Amino acid sequence: MAKETVSAGPLRGLYKFFASITLTITLLLVLAATSVIGTLIPQNESPEAYFRAYGEIFYRIFSALKIFDMYHSWWFQSLLILLAMNVVVCSIDRLPGVWKIVFGVRSRFKAAKFKNKPGKTEFLSTEPPSVVKAVAESLVSKSYGHVQVKPTRKGFMIFGEKWRWSRLGVYIVHLSVVLLLLGSVIGSIFGFDGYINIPEGETVDHVRIRGTGKIYPLPFKLRCDDFDVSFYKNGAPREFRSDLVIIENDREVLKKSIIVNDPLRYAGINIFQSSYGEMQAEAPRPAAVSRPEEIVLSLTVSETGMLYQKKTRIGKPFDLPEGLGKFVVTDFVPEAKFMGQPIGEALTGILTPAGGQPVEVTLPLRFANFDKMRKGRVIISVLEPSAGKQMMPVPGKKKRFYTGLEVTSDPGVWVVYSGFILMLAGCFVTFFMSHEQVAVEITAKGKKSLVSVAGTAYRNKMAMQRKVQRLSDKLAAGTKAV
Amino acid sequence: MTSSTLLSIITFVYGLSAFIYIFSWVFKKPEVARLATWTAAIGFIGHAAGIIWRWNESYGLGIGHAPLSNLYESLIFFAFSLTLIYLIIEYKYRNQIIGAFIMPLAFLTMAYASLSPSVSNHIQPLIPALKSNWLIAHVIACFIGYSAFAVAFGLSLMYLIKQREVDPPAGGSGWLELFPGKQALDELTHQMVMFGFIFLTAGIITGAVWANSAWGRYWGWDPKETWSLITWLVYAALLHARVRWDWRGKRSAYLSVLGFAAVMVTYFFVNYLPGLHSYGSS
Repeated sequence: MAKETVSAGPLRGLYKFFASITLTITLLLVLAATSVIGTLIPQNESPEAYFRAYGEIFYRIFSALKIFDMYHSWWFQSLLILLAMNVVVCSIDRLPGVWKIVFGVRSRFKAAKFKNKPGKTEFLSTEPPSVVKAVAESLVSKSYGHVQVKPTRKGFMIFGEKWRWSRLGVYIVHLSVVLLLLGSVIGSIFGFDGYINIPEGETVDHVRIRGTGKIYPLPFKLRCDDFDVSFYKNGAPREFRSDLVIIENDREVLKKSIIVNDPLRYAGINIFQSSYGEMQAEAPRPAAVSRPEEIVLSLTVSETGMLYQKKTRIGKPFDLPEGLGKFVVTDFVPEAKFMGQPIGEALTGILTPAGGQPVEVTLPLRFANFDKMRKGRVIISVLEPSAGKQMMPVPGKKKRFYTGLEVTSDPGVWVVYSGFILMLAGCFVTFFMSHEQVAVEITAKGKKSLVSVAGTAYRNKMAMQRKVQRLSDKLAAGTKAV
Repeated sequence: MTSSTLLSIITFVYGLSAFIYIFSWVFKKPEVARLATWTAAIGFIGHAAGIIWRWNESYGLGIGHAPLSNLYESLIFFAFSLTLIYLIIEYKYRNQIIGAFIMPLAFLTMAYASLSPSVSNHIQPLIPALKSNWLIAHVIACFIGYSAFAVAFGLSLMYLIKQREVDPPAGGSGWLELFPGKQALDELTHQMVMFGFIFLTAGIITGAVWANSAWGRYWGWDPKETWSLITWLVYAALLHARVRWDWRGKRSAYLSVLGFAAVMVTYFFVNYLPGLHSYGSS
């Protein structure tokens, strides 16, 4: 192993340590086992949540071990670095030898190499060696790119070889692993992962970084013209859509509607549809309290401070206490307004004071003291029905939304993607292409020929035996075997 | 009748096939196994028809999409690719005992999909996150990978049973008489693991590319992602272990069983953890 690279002492020991496949197996299994932890303990929650869930002692232990963000902890990253070094050193250690096999001068085939290969076949052909040779040569060259014919004392040897270069596949996979790790490092150093909520019609020039909440300025301004969410009949969401505009130097340079799975990419920055929400209304939104059957009013007489309750119905007049007049509830208004401001559900009524002109009063369900403003002799407020708690959508009224956007930049992504392609290509070559060699030996036996077929493969030796069998069968059929 | 009715019938066809395979193994009647193969093959054709039918039904509902979008549909596809891979192996390797270890898995998967009250067989419309061309590639790659690992798991079980046999009884009267040889089982397991590994890799990669186009990151340590990586790591360890001769055979078989346990967690149990893949759970 690597005699020339490392000379002596602890360095050699270290090199040997990293060149070992036992280290690879160990690291892969340790990475697998430790990765489990982060799927059982939720990651990146608030310290209070962890403290509540695990108690003080475990909180301290987990916290010291960085379990709450374990995939970014020093120890997990160190395992990944060890794996990368292992992969690199192993490849450096083994590649030169493989390189020689793949690109070196083809070693002369030796008959002895195939002598005792498992799956070797033998048959007697009625044709003379020269005829068998021609048939065998054409059969072998059909599946093997490289063919050599060697005359022997009593006949011929025909060798076939293919896919020498497939031995490089595993190094392509190793390179891809290094590219994946490298790409993720580039991303974490030069990229960012942010988010921003933009109310419809508004413009922003920054995002917040996920995790830290720091403000990150964008190289352009971003406006959200509209946000829409649509639903299926069963209530499941169908589509989230934001109409976005990129503004540079007060000029609109790009307009695009983004949906989930179709982001906006501009100047190396990607903008994704991530969430949405409804803007808080300026005043309480009317709830769907239906027209009440029964109404309970509270009546406070200003002068005496006396408090009365009265049960009534819409349209049923009654006498106010202490001879102060008459009152009738005339209507229920689900969305009442006062001086242009929405005040939610309200009752309206007509109060006829003793010896005075009738006045119209509004009694909002949400504001018990509203009627005080009238400065009348009796203050009326509504006890029943109470204001609806749930905010219900009001048909026909357009709500105002904000769109939640994920804004990221990752210059490492192309390195990672090339890693992906190389990994698939390398796995394919490594798993399904094997460096194969076959040898057909033809020996004269009187006017007949004794033929034997043997083969060897770098990988999947069982399949090779079947291939040898098939080749042998074809050859026997083509040369009148007995 | 709907596609899900047909697929429930297929469940019983597979159950029958599994029963005949086991019967032929236990009572050493290899001639009966032909019947099991035909039963499985007929079931498989009905299975394929059921999937295409369901696809068509979804268009009838005006929410047309490939039937790969929820737990029920994924189970159906899993059993489908499992049976397909098994039938190809049986055809290629001419051994019908393996069916006694694989067809029960296909049957149980179909039974879980069809009979479990917690698995809804309704055709649901696609939620926004699933509306992507990556859906089909991602799901197919993952489930072909899972199926290959399931076959490898069955073969590893056979290997572990076989290697316990110290002295094969003379005259070949043992239960394991019709089993493939230890080395053949080991090699075939390795083949299946390689096959599964490349598809799992493709599944993870398509998932990563998809995640990057939907959420803006190709990897986020979401529990399902992490568990797919754990599965990948276990099988990667197995593939490396085979370079050393002393890790072949028994240790490889144990790693293959461990790997399949990780597949099961990735597929089913992760859904009980919070994460982005929750649509796989109902």
